[in-house]
Amino acid sequence: MASRTLDHKGRPVVVVTGLGLVTSLGVGAETCWSRLVAGHSGIKPIRRFSTQGLKTTIAGTVDDLDVAPYSAFDLSTAMAESAAEEAISQAKIGRTASFPGPLIVATPPSEFEWPHLREIYDAHPNNALTGYKRLLANARRERFGGLARHVRFSAIADHLKQRFGTEGAPLSVCTACASGATTIQLGLEAIRRGATDAALCIGTDATVHPEGLIRFSLLSALSTANSEPTKASKPFSRTRDGFVMAEGAGALVLESYDAAKARGAKILGVVRGCGEKADEFHRTRSKPDGAAMIGAIRKTLADAGVEPHEIDYINAHGTSTPENDKMETLSLRAVLGDHLLRTPISSNKSMVGHTLIAAGSVEAVFSILTLERGVLPPTLNYDPDPDLPLDVVPEQSRQARVRTVLSNSFGFGGQNVCVVFSGEPA
Amino acid sequence: MTLKTSSNEVLITGVGLASSLGADAEAHLARLFSGAPVTPAVDEARYAPYPVHPFAEVDFSREIPKKSDQRQMELWQRIGVYAAGLALSDAGIARNPELLDRTDLVVAAGSGERDTKVDCEVLEKLGPRDDAALLAKEVLPSALRPTLFLAQLSNMLAGNISIVHNVTGSSRTFMGEEMAGLAALENAHRRIAAGQAGLILVGGALNAEREDLLLGYEIGHNLWRGSHCPVWDREDGGGFVPGSIGAFVVLESKAHADARKAKPYGRLVAVETGHAQRERGAIVRTLADLLGRMRGLLPDGELPTLSGASGKRPATCEERVFLTQLASQNLNPIVRAYGSLLGHGVEAQFPAGIALAALALKSGRLPPPGGPESIEQPLSAPPQRVLVTGVGHWRGEGLALVEAVA
Repeated sequence: MASRTLDHKGRPVVVVTGLGLVTSLGVGAETCWSRLVAGHSGIKPIRRFSTQGLKTTIAGTVDDLDVAPYSAFDLSTAMAESAAEEAISQAKIGRTASFPGPLIVATPPSEFEWPHLREIYDAHPNNALTGYKRLLANARRERFGGLARHVRFSAIADHLKQRFGTEGAPLSVCTACASGATTIQLGLEAIRRGATDAALCIGTDATVHPEGLIRFSLLSALSTANSEPTKASKPFSRTRDGFVMAEGAGALVLESYDAAKARGAKILGVVRGCGEKADEFHRTRSKPDGAAMIGAIRKTLADAGVEPHEIDYINAHGTSTPENDKMETLSLRAVLGDHLLRTPISSNKSMVGHTLIAAGSVEAVFSILTLERGVLPPTLNYDPDPDLPLDVVPEQSRQARVRTVLSNSFGFGGQNVCVVFSGEPA
Repeated sequence: MTLKTSSNEVLITGVGLASSLGADAEAHLARLFSGAPVTPAVDEARYAPYPVHPFAEVDFSREIPKKSDQRQMELWQRIGVYAAGLALSDAGIARNPELLDRTDLVVAAGSGERDTKVDCEVLEKLGPRDDAALLAKEVLPSALRPTLFLAQLSNMLAGNISIVHNVTGSSRTFMGEEMAGLAALENAHRRIAAGQAGLILVGGALNAEREDLLLGYEIGHNLWRGSHCPVWDREDGGGFVPGSIGAFVVLESKAHADARKAKPYGRLVAVETGHAQRERGAIVRTLADLLGRMRGLLPDGELPTLSGASGKRPATCEERVFLTQLASQNLNPIVRAYGSLLGHGVEAQFPAGIALAALALKSGRLPPPGGPESIEQPLSAPPQRVLVTGVGHWRGEGLALVEAVA
């Protein structure tokens, strides 16, 4: 049944024709990739705000875009725009500001930051009221139209839709740290059911602000290895002590194989399949037997029509938390068996940090580049954990032809989404 | 996104609805669909000048038995998890591990409650000082509870539904105010129609009784102030009256429902969504375009319509123009704006409309007319189909058609 045009279940084959990226390593997929395979780290001391007294003082912030003053909305939007523009321009799809398909974007929480609340609070300083009564009274007196975008969950999608002229109602998605992968899944499904020939899938997250950092810190999720920032993110290592917050955006243009071929587009890779399984065990931890992660990986392979031994390389979720890396290894082992020991694996997060909502998008771009370039990016700071028997690609990238990549994304709230990518069909 | 090849029928086999008017679907049938006049439950004093529809007295333990689970949630998540449980029970899926294991979950969500006490504390202490970061840092680490952060995250309503009800097939959360509800229903409908899913729990929730939520919507002046009145009558800029609502439905392919002998409320025939930039007249044009895609499914004559209009102008005025203009297509919409009765549920508004449409088919009635006679006319016969409208207060337009199963 499988052909170039239809997959093993008779569905349209879905391909990637454009990539765009912004990470703590730089702006542009080529810049990020060359620094990634060279083993550079984007993790550094936070300069955006004073970190004095905080347990964690490092992050993979994006400082290369001209967004001032910082806000999560403005930087997330600027990064998404940059990545999408790059992806669309590489794909050479559509006319200017007229993308022939829907926008599916994973965005961070929409919320006021302290400077915004302060601006509303101080708008009428002689007000006898305090607290929210005063905020609301001031909000009634003025429109504060310039602040609305920060609290509208539809605002990033709205901005991107106007900018790129995507079709229909844009989708804003959140599946926590699996969100980026979910955008790819939604695009894949829409093309498979014939709803569209193309989709613009984006994940973006720029939430390194004081409250964002403190909240993850209070959950004991962050590394506190502040003294040598580039060594803090150490996925699958014995000494791993938490993830490093980071910012980034990844964009992918998905198309049906037929549509891409018909317009002579260069095919960068194939989205072979996606799968997900929700976990009912706990809000931040996965089932001790890994059932949900295992279920997500199995469903993904089944959807992709790929046997476990056909996985050539794993782009791990690999957050560098004790919990994730243990459960991810256990789950991979359960599905891949001994094949896991012979399957190279790396975590991009050792260099770019954990881009949270955007991680699945950022890592999808790196996965496609891995297939295309035949280079496996390294995992920095690897100090083997005897309990996690894996073929981690340590310190230096490795040349290897890979045909099939498994990319994992797991998030709070029991979200588990995996994607299998492969090279262009022969 | 338009579906090219739709094959599988999509049935509504479970309804979970809780609001200011009652704790479950039965209560809503009694309050809204008995033919008796309806008095909305409105609290005009607590957050004056903003009226809100407070959540009914509800025993959350009915659907969230563990106190430890309830403690992990603020009201938004409790309302949603409770309503999701009602829908699962109604559909006969609750506590059926084999079915729950492959029930897909689609949630429309905003964000959960902030700790407004902590916010106030920070703002007070910030008073004479500029360095927001420094002070936020001094106050927050001791005042913020880690669990509260989890209560704020958009996808944690879905996460808690998985935990409390063991719904684990898959889990997706859409955001974007009213567009979240439109996207959730559209995605669920499309997947079942295309055979990509067989059984989906879809819906959303809103806790209206929150100062942080009121602040977010007062930016841009989206809220109605003063005495409650029907959405059509809200003059000047209009505005919405937030309503605490939890609304979930179970959607199921006909084959799946038949196989387990599930009794449907009706058939979700179509869900169409749009996104106008809202220059003058854009909403009218967008809704007309969406209706055009389903016009072939609508016989001429009376068209029972549950309008999700928010009361914010000009959106609500334009929706009214659209409905009035349907006369030129030989359609006579018999409109009920349920936002006048339950309040506006934002993300939960469209799911609530679908749930009410199912109840309308079951009861053979619409809620009694509550607005101006020119638009809310009496219905002459039991509805065989119900059009549901969803027009966001800022963005997002959608229409759904729910039909009786012969």
